Amino acid sequence: MILEFFKNTASTVKSINQKYAKPQIKMTRMVKFSLLSLRLYLIFLVGILVYRFITLLR
Amino acid sequence: MEEKFSAQPVVDSGTAPLPRVDGQTRTSGRDASMNFLPRLYYRYKKILKVIRLFLIIAGPGIIVMVADNDAGGITTYTATGAKYGFHLIWFLILLGPVAYYVQEMTVRLGAVTKRGHAEAIFHAFGSFWGWFSLLDLVLLNWLTMITEFIGMTAALGIFGVPRPLTVIIASVMMGTMVIQGRYWTWEKAAMVFCVLNLIYIPAAFMINPPLKQVLQGCLVPQLPPGGFTNELFFFLMANIGTTIAPWMIFFQQSAVVDKSLQEKDINGGKVDTGIGAFFTVVVAAFCVILTGTLLPGQNIYDAGSAAARFMGISKQLGTFLAIGLFDAGFLGAICISLASSWAFGEVFGWAHSLNNKVKEAPWFYAYYFFGIVLAGTVVLIPRAPLVLITLFVQVIAVTLLPAALVFLILLLNNEETMGEYRNTRFQNIANITIVTLIILVSTLYGISALFPNILK
Repeated sequence: MILEFFKNTASTVKSINQKYAKPQIKMTRMVKFSLLSLRLYLIFLVGILVYRFITLLR
Repeated sequence: MEEKFSAQPVVDSGTAPLPRVDGQTRTSGRDASMNFLPRLYYRYKKILKVIRLFLIIAGPGIIVMVADNDAGGITTYTATGAKYGFHLIWFLILLGPVAYYVQEMTVRLGAVTKRGHAEAIFHAFGSFWGWFSLLDLVLLNWLTMITEFIGMTAALGIFGVPRPLTVIIASVMMGTMVIQGRYWTWEKAAMVFCVLNLIYIPAAFMINPPLKQVLQGCLVPQLPPGGFTNELFFFLMANIGTTIAPWMIFFQQSAVVDKSLQEKDINGGKVDTGIGAFFTVVVAAFCVILTGTLLPGQNIYDAGSAAARFMGISKQLGTFLAIGLFDAGFLGAICISLASSWAFGEVFGWAHSLNNKVKEAPWFYAYYFFGIVLAGTVVLIPRAPLVLITLFVQVIAVTLLPAALVFLILLLNNEETMGEYRNTRFQNIANITIVTLIILVSTLYGISALFPNILK
């Protein structure tokens, strides 16, 4: 039953990924710039979190 | 209708319109008085109709804004008032328009696209950003729900109610509000709790605060004695941080969709949001007035302890504050749990309307109850790291808030989907300025939560 639940969930996630595979928004310069900035921002935050985690462990 | 009255005046032999020199006609005094009453009656009916229409549309904006003053919000305001007295009320007032401008965008987006924010992100930006937003939202909402339960248990703890009983009472109330299968009923019940959130206003009047100083704090931008310190900066960041939370964006947009608001309802939705923003600021200001008057210069770390201290001063006052804190936590919890359930329902394609019965939308309701039970259980775990959870909320919020806000602005500028309802130049300038400010401040706030010594 649990295995079936995970199988169903996996297939649902797969179908969601297929449904939304291609972004529908027009990729203008502004959109591209914003998405790139967000990626960099998140990388920066993850870096800080990892640094904090490591310093806490020490 | 109005034109009919003015274009076709009642004409009889005694009240015939008199010719004017400029060629137009004028009515006699008697005729004018005869027209006055029907016009007045018409105006009265028209205003009544507008109010009725507004009452139908009103709900998501007021609820989300008042729920913004959740347990964490009340804690921040009471701590600010105790620490800095009335000196920062003007700053809280400025945050009202900030909240309005951000939330107003969700009304337009929801009414035009008929999609919740999670679905809109998946649709516009693809599955990567969609999953990032959804999973981040779910984690953040769950953690925030725990803080709401902490607030509720602290509030009822003042009356001697044990924690498990508070969790059960709150969970049963939250369940009862949704299972009747009507959005309208849920919304009106939530509105009752919104009214209860105003309890801080009579409480503040009970203590006769120094009116002159309060007005000065409201109207004159000023810094507290001691000037701009790191601690003051932390408090300002905390207040901005409580003004806009990611769940608010997801909640209001989904609520607008669930309520089936159309493009023609956007103006009503804006008024709804504006009224909500007004009440948010009013409640925040009155919280500051309460602690600024009775606990000046004291350090407050949670609203529960403030209520307990008030209990020592006046039982009635302490009771008011405890009820307000429970209500704040409860309002926050019902909105946050719904925001998650709606988001999951939209993306997974489940039936996800409050208009569905439990049988019709089992996954939607199962997720809703699962979230409540899970958050409530954590609060009951002995020695659970509740302080750490509260700090973690601030850090996780920093990862999701900028993304949600940036997506919001990009979606509102998408001419293909928004058409005439896309952001105007003025709205873009205002919103981009606000969003940049919020991102900067919330990032600094998150970093200061990770590195507490950075601002000392």
